[in-house]
Amino acid sequence: MTGPEYEVVIVGAGPAGISAACVVAETGRDALLIDDNPSPGGQIWREQERHGSNWEAAHWLRRLQLYRVEVLRGATVIDGDPDKHAIVCETANSVSTIRYKKLILATGSRELFLPFPGWTLPNVMGAGGLQALVKAGMPISGKRVVIAGSGPLLLAVGAYLKKQGAHVLAIAEQASWARLARFGLGLPTQPYKLAEAVQLKRALFRVPYHAGAWVEAALGETVLERVRLSLSHRRWEAPCDYLAVGFGLVPNIELAATLGCKLSAGCVQVDPMQQTSASDILSAGETTGIGGVELSLMEGRIAGYSAIGDRLNAQWLFSDRERMRRFARRMQKAFALREELRHLPLEGTLVCRCEDVSYQRIAPMPGWRAAKLHTRCGMGPCQGRVCGPAAEFLFGWHCQSTRAPVFPARIDSLIGHKEE
Amino acid sequence: MAELVWISIDESPVEVEPGTTVAAAILQSDTAGFRRSVTGEWRGPVCGMGICFECRVAINGQPHRRSCQAYCESGMVVRTK
Ligand SMILES: Cc1cc2nc3c(=O)[nH]c(=O)nc-3n(C[C@H](O)[C@H](O)[C@H](O)COP(=O)(O)OP(=O)(O)OC[C@H]3O[C@@H](n4cnc5c(N)ncnc54)[C@H](O)[C@@H]3O)c2cc1C
Ligand code: FES
Repeated sequence: MTGPEYEVVIVGAGPAGISAACVVAETGRDALLIDDNPSPGGQIWREQERHGSNWEAAHWLRRLQLYRVEVLRGATVIDGDPDKHAIVCETANSVSTIRYKKLILATGSRELFLPFPGWTLPNVMGAGGLQALVKAGMPISGKRVVIAGSGPLLLAVGAYLKKQGAHVLAIAEQASWARLARFGLGLPTQPYKLAEAVQLKRALFRVPYHAGAWVEAALGETVLERVRLSLSHRRWEAPCDYLAVGFGLVPNIELAATLGCKLSAGCVQVDPMQQTSASDILSAGETTGIGGVELSLMEGRIAGYSAIGDRLNAQWLFSDRERMRRFARRMQKAFALREELRHLPLEGTLVCRCEDVSYQRIAPMPGWRAAKLHTRCGMGPCQGRVCGPAAEFLFGWHCQSTRAPVFPARIDSLIGHKEE
Repeated sequence: MAELVWISIDESPVEVEPGTTVAAAILQSDTAGFRRSVTGEWRGPVCGMGICFECRVAINGQPHRRSCQAYCESGMVVRTK
């Protein structure tokens, strides 16, 4: 494999990838930052470059420019050969091989979607999904939106949509008040987080927030018309335009797995220097565990120092990282998914949306492999990115299976790089 | 203000701000069903970030393009279903 070589190549231009790239480039080394989106920023700072208002995002994007980090936009890393220190990268009209001395995987996370009756109706979307679409120009002003699922993202999305003029009818958080209260009591030890919580609360003034509540069904003929929620002691049903549902986040480990990095509990395993089990491959941010933007930034910096062999500067940040990881663990516990959600799908509810495979066909299978073989579940274009984590939650299966290419690539990409 | 971009969605002209994705433009035209699933159900975008493949449409004759990952360009021809 030939192609340009960089000292450090970073995959994923979210907070983790950006901070890693800055640390490397600051020392005058050449860094290449690759992302499949048209602009850097990752999930949280999406569209920041065009009309952003977040000071932290602006700060980091300015640093990227200042240190002249080379950014390869609209490019997906689909494969690689760790022995040759090379990755394969696909853009809209080309496929190329790029070589690295050190590789940092900062591929972030995606939303966890769980099946419930009606979840496949058009206008039922992810919570972060709806937010991303609105940021990309979807009109939301005056629309009635119900938000459901779990985690702090629901609040961030609610506040954002309300600011854009949506009528947020309700936010249904599946975690109970008791769990949230226990988590909330710990907040004063994190003054920064507390300020954030107060701000969100103000932004969501008059939006009903229900804890211990979840979506039972989305109803409609061919598109979403009504939503039914289970609140603690009653049912709630209302007509609405959009239902935004996300049950938390899942690390994007597919590329790391393809490159041979060891996983543990669905995350890429790293040592204190953010080094993975594969030589010269590091990982940072939500690929290594869900923890929010601050932890992603911190891990990115450590990975950056680690990649250039600056142990001392990396070690300075260990205690901050540990504090953030502790907070993340508490958060995961507070928002742990409840048993009732396993029983939401009816017999005919689809679990695999690509191949239209129903719950009743998948449930009797002994495991993920058998389900794939006999029902085609997880064999569609999303390669099990949606139904895999759902099946893992519903049936307790181990649903990880990745073979290159990481994403359905154009056929010429495959032929091209295999011939080299 | 930047100039608006014109695209055609199922033969109707739609005018959008530059930087709008095709998925957002389709939703602007009040279409919720983007495609039919393998058993004929209507589907629309879910993840908004390129992983679910539910938002696939034909763009300039190219089928199965993820509309949430494509930006509108003047003269683009988009087909749902
Ligand atoms: C849909 C969604 C919305 C969110 N909204 C918020 C919010 O409003 N507020 C909040 O506090 N937190 C939000 N979060 C949480 C947020 O993702 C994290 O806190 C933070 O952005 C994680 O940063 P990261 O750098 O680890 O990963 P990310 O920000 O996820 O960045 C990873 C980047 O890598 C790219 N990538 C992945 N694989 C490849 C590949 N093979 N080739 C090329 N590029 C690749 C991705 O497209 C992405 O741009 C959201 C998460 C999701 C999934
Ligand atoms: S909405 Fe999921 S891929 Fe476009």
